[in-house]
Amino acid sequence: MIRFNLNGAWVEASDVAPTTTLLRWLRDTRGLSGTKEGCAEGDCGACTVAVVEQGAKGPEYRAVNSCLLLLPMVHGKHVVTVDGLKREQLHPAQQALAEALGSQCGYCTPGVVMTLFEATYRGDLDAPWKLDDQLCGNLCRCTGYRPIREAAQQVAGTCPADEFSKALPASAPADTSLQLERAGQRFTTPATFDALWDELDAHPDARFVVGGTDLSLEITKRFQAPPKLVSLEALAPLRALTEVDGVLRLGATATISELEAFTAARSPAIHRMVRYFGARQIKHRGTIGGNLCTASPIGDLAPVFLSLGATAVLRSRATERRVPLHEFFVAYRKTALGPKEVLAAIEVPRPSPTARSVAYKVSKRRELDISTVSAGLFVDTDASNLVTVARFAFGGVAATPKRATAAERAVVGKPWTRETALAASKLLGEDLTPLSDHRGSANYRALVARNLLVGFFDETLTVRQPALQSGHAATVQPGGLS
Amino acid sequence: MSTLHQPQLHESGKLHVTGEARYVDDLAVPALVAQVVPAPVAHGRIRRLDVTRARAVPGVVAVFTHRDVPGENQVGPVIHDEELFAFDTVRFLGQSVALVVAESYAAARAGVKAVELEVDPLPAITTLDEALAKGSFLTDPHTMQRGDVEAAFVGAPLVLQGQVRTGGQDHFYLETQCSLALPEEGGTVRVISSTQHPSEVQTILSHVLGVGRSSIVVEVPRMGGGFGGKETQAAPYAAMAALAAVKLRKAVKVWLNRDQDMMWTGKRHPFLSNWRAAFDAQGRILALDAKLYADGGFSSDLSRAICDRALYHADNAYFVPAIRVTGQVAKTNLPSNTAFRGFGGPQGMALVEEVMSRAAERLGLDPATVRAQNFYGDAPRNVTQYHQTVTENRIGRIWSELLESSRYAQRRAELEAFNAGSAHHKWGLAITPVKFGISFTTSFLNQAGALVVVYADGTAQVNHGGTEMGQGLHTKIRAIAAHELGLDVSDVRVMTTATDKVPNTSATAASSGSDLNGQAVKAACETVRERLVPIAQKLLGAEAVSFAGGFATGGGKAVPMREVTQAAYLAQVSMSATGYYRTPGINYDRATAKGKPFHYFAYGAAVAEVELSGLTGEHRVRRVDILHDAGRSLSPSIDVGQVEGGFIQGVGWLTCEEVRFDGKGFLATHSPDTYKIPACGDTPTEFHVKLLENAAQEGVIHGSKAVGEPPLMLALSVVAALRHAVSAFGPAKTEVELAMPCTPEALLFAVEHAKSKG
Ligand SMILES: Cc1cc2nc3c(=O)[nH]c(=O)nc-3n(C[C@H](O)[C@H](O)[C@H](O)COP(=O)(O)OP(=O)(O)OC[C@H]3O[C@@H](n4cnc5c(N)ncnc54)[C@H](O)[C@@H]3O)c2cc1C
Ligand code: FES
Ligand code: FES
Repeated sequence: MIRFNLNGAWVEASDVAPTTTLLRWLRDTRGLSGTKEGCAEGDCGACTVAVVEQGAKGPEYRAVNSCLLLLPMVHGKHVVTVDGLKREQLHPAQQALAEALGSQCGYCTPGVVMTLFEATYRGDLDAPWKLDDQLCGNLCRCTGYRPIREAAQQVAGTCPADEFSKALPASAPADTSLQLERAGQRFTTPATFDALWDELDAHPDARFVVGGTDLSLEITKRFQAPPKLVSLEALAPLRALTEVDGVLRLGATATISELEAFTAARSPAIHRMVRYFGARQIKHRGTIGGNLCTASPIGDLAPVFLSLGATAVLRSRATERRVPLHEFFVAYRKTALGPKEVLAAIEVPRPSPTARSVAYKVSKRRELDISTVSAGLFVDTDASNLVTVARFAFGGVAATPKRATAAERAVVGKPWTRETALAASKLLGEDLTPLSDHRGSANYRALVARNLLVGFFDETLTVRQPALQSGHAATVQPGGLS
Repeated sequence: MSTLHQPQLHESGKLHVTGEARYVDDLAVPALVAQVVPAPVAHGRIRRLDVTRARAVPGVVAVFTHRDVPGENQVGPVIHDEELFAFDTVRFLGQSVALVVAESYAAARAGVKAVELEVDPLPAITTLDEALAKGSFLTDPHTMQRGDVEAAFVGAPLVLQGQVRTGGQDHFYLETQCSLALPEEGGTVRVISSTQHPSEVQTILSHVLGVGRSSIVVEVPRMGGGFGGKETQAAPYAAMAALAAVKLRKAVKVWLNRDQDMMWTGKRHPFLSNWRAAFDAQGRILALDAKLYADGGFSSDLSRAICDRALYHADNAYFVPAIRVTGQVAKTNLPSNTAFRGFGGPQGMALVEEVMSRAAERLGLDPATVRAQNFYGDAPRNVTQYHQTVTENRIGRIWSELLESSRYAQRRAELEAFNAGSAHHKWGLAITPVKFGISFTTSFLNQAGALVVVYADGTAQVNHGGTEMGQGLHTKIRAIAAHELGLDVSDVRVMTTATDKVPNTSATAASSGSDLNGQAVKAACETVRERLVPIAQKLLGAEAVSFAGGFATGGGKAVPMREVTQAAYLAQVSMSATGYYRTPGINYDRATAKGKPFHYFAYGAAVAEVELSGLTGEHRVRRVDILHDAGRSLSPSIDVGQVEGGFIQGVGWLTCEEVRFDGKGFLATHSPDTYKIPACGDTPTEFHVKLLENAAQEGVIHGSKAVGEPPLMLALSVVAALRHAVSAFGPAKTEVELAMPCTPEALLFAVEHAKSKG
């Protein structure tokens, strides 16, 4: 039986298929029509609700897309929806939005309200671009966003001492483990590894799910319900983010939000890549493992991890094994994971101070878009500026995330100069085989890949591991070359 | 105290933010649901259509095809060339063939799968170019001209020619198409629909059902966005819901999910225009000769009027001494393209703005100067290509005020300095004008009605023909009614739009919502007010009385309006009235291509500054300054919202939004995953929008001006600025080759082209 706290009261969802989304259940079963469907794929934010998760400093509200959230994923958690904000007085987020005329047709508005609701209780939205980052998962076709931004500015981080902040400390997810079989579907959330392995032994055909930001689309867009799902969300050790002896160990079920916070001061390259990963709602649910295990050629984490020489840690009942990440991606959407094996973590060595390292993401729209081309670029040099290590990894230009080994080989041992970078860029075609699709033509992708390598040289002339300048338009920042 | 001309909150704002605002799909009415059976190919002959198996699927209640239509199987709004259900041929991928009605969406989808539909494919036309090559058209060419074009080209110092393409645009209203039909007694039906045109939905339903319009009531509570996409295209789905409801005697809802909505409904017309233009050496335009082709899709819909409006706006704010513009709508096997904010105007303006940019680039002049010297002026430089005289021209005033307030000249100098020192990134800065004609160009549509009801307790309900889709029409109407009746706005309620309250209405479109309906409401309120005056005179014992802010005053006394209305009730005075308005003096004769199609023009200008990466083609709009003419605004806060929202929507059309069909007529960009409307970060952080001051317009409701569409075209300033940035990658006088939408890819290739000139 799925049980969770909805707007302050514990509710039970019985007799529903485990692949029912929270959005459909709220609207169809509970008649809570404030929460809207605009796309059913995580791209518009009209369905946004807040879920309480355990953050670094305690429980926090997190805005998530209820259209991608399967009901079992909120088991044991606290959920707040727009219909649950109803009081004598408007919530400050609602008040600010109404006063700024942040709604015209009003259809995006309940979702915007819930994103602002999270913002109200977040202490870290201290720059205008961070507000955009918070809001970019909520599309509005009417207002042009200026008034929505204004409302966000007013409420972000105000943390009023209201009942919602008072309720937070006691709202941490309790026991979220679950075993459920309904309508011919099975959903399990094991709390221990033994329970996980047992479940896999009994149901070797079960599929893993964590955030569901990839898998749920099969249900909401293709209307295909996977018969057996195993959620890895409740296995705390898989979620840990730690640094030991200069190696970042990134738990596979850590969310992109958590990765973003963790890498802010530890890895400019990773941090830069995740800045433009999906939107707030997606970052709150999407995970490192989910991103890598789809082995999608346009997954954003692979190129930057590849460029940093990352290792995948794979775990099964019997063993834990380590695979260099470039061997993890076997073929189009195929990984080295064996049966009944999970991705446990990614290990990323911190680059030496002499290394140059940047990650780039180029997309049609800056925010909330899939990469047309992405790149993780890494070069280390010795005292006489000769290249000792080069790793040029790209996404969107081959069937898998891929390293451009010909270009890498060509620069090792050479002085790291603009000419070397330019010459290497001309060799990218040896390894990269871009295709044309609606995101970009093959020619465009090839040209961008070449330009990024040259831009990488220019940008790292002075600062070798440059962080993303806030609010900057171009992927490649003006940097050293003026 | 009247709220007219004062900043106001949106009338439904509080309902929006609490989630209480109800849209059609939110109504708590148990209803059967439905799924459309779509045509699997862009063009083909139906060989077999058998729904027997589908009817047997558990949960399926009924399956309807063209055979079940009691009246006409037609939903074409102007020309009857669009079937409700295809019956012998299918003409675009996604055309409705049948409707499966079921107890759940899962059952309905299973029912769709069980329909046996066999279609023999026929050759399909899936691009505008292909249609032109094959001579496939929906309309005959229509030409507007003035002056001797051929003569003007002879010996002209500068002759330019080119081709301009603008892309399609999905409306991407956040609320997709939805209609709920509730059967009522005796074969009548009530349909609650998300439509901008309830009267037309009612008319089409009456044809489909074969009953009089009096048997049908169409209601529109509010829309989650329309933008033109629900002007004609709500009707087919409303008709399906009504048909099923009447047949089954049960409530039926037809709702399209996002992918279905994007795949099956029409979009902004893509245009392709071939042009040549003559200029003198100083950049004064001498002649423009252009052929504009629109991709209409498979049926007529509103395409002819849209193509006409492109011709009406091929001059924008410029006087072209000799001009000839011809428009024609091509027929393709794609969804039927339809109204979209601007209604062809943007496509016409995009053409002439490109012409101006090209001339400035070729001559090495500041495009702002080239543009300004070509503005309409005094006679004889004040006659358009359709022979309407441009009066009350405000573009000059707007232009100089905006150049000043945006520091255009200084910033252009700063920009040159930045560009000189930056290899990979260049800035661009540009100013462009907008002159947009206000009125339906089909003259008889310029009419509106209202029904105002005042209760004895001094509260009022206002019914009018306009629909609320977020544009703030109801907010303005409420202010007008409160002002006329002297009531407090909180005592005035604007009602759900319904065809049984106000009949024979026009679409809420052409930016005309408040112009037309505002006048009708004003007229109705005046009637009621005149009846209340004698009552108030008696109550106050004064000859001169006035009503404002909930009080009647006169003779040094004031009484609450509710005492006046109560007294009126007791005195047996009618307190409801209808109002009606028609726009005077507008006409257009298609045969001679002359007339005065527009009641007046709305003006505006925008300065945009962009930054462009020469490595990736990505850009950012750094700053935008807009000065827009909304007349004496009925509600400045609402109008600023229209300007900002329209502008950003235009930026989307011109930059990131790319509608892409594959070669088979399948829409590749059928969801927000691949179709990108602007997101929050695409709005410039420096976004200065001002309404022109002291700008009351004669002959329009309370001196205001229509504001729904014109600001969208201000976004052409971003294209002009991007061209400027691209040219900075090349040598002086680089002529830019930049396709629209200006995606990163289009921009990067334009940069490469510019660099190759160096
Ligand atoms: C609107 C939207 C925007 C997006 N934007 C981006 C973007 O900008 N960049 C980008 O790269 N991606 C993006 N994505 C894709 C997706 O969000 C990410 O790939 C995300 O990291 C997936 O994580 P998840 O936990 O949600 O995966 P899930 O959907 O839970 O799982 C995905 C797959 O991985 C498998 N899996 C998950 N974890 C493990 C594990 N530990 N061991 C073994 N197998 C596992 C699952 O079985 C499943 O097959 C976007 C998605 C959406 C809907
Ligand atoms: S409905 Fe669009 S993000 Fe969920
Ligand atoms: S207010 Fe209409 S989509 Fe945002």
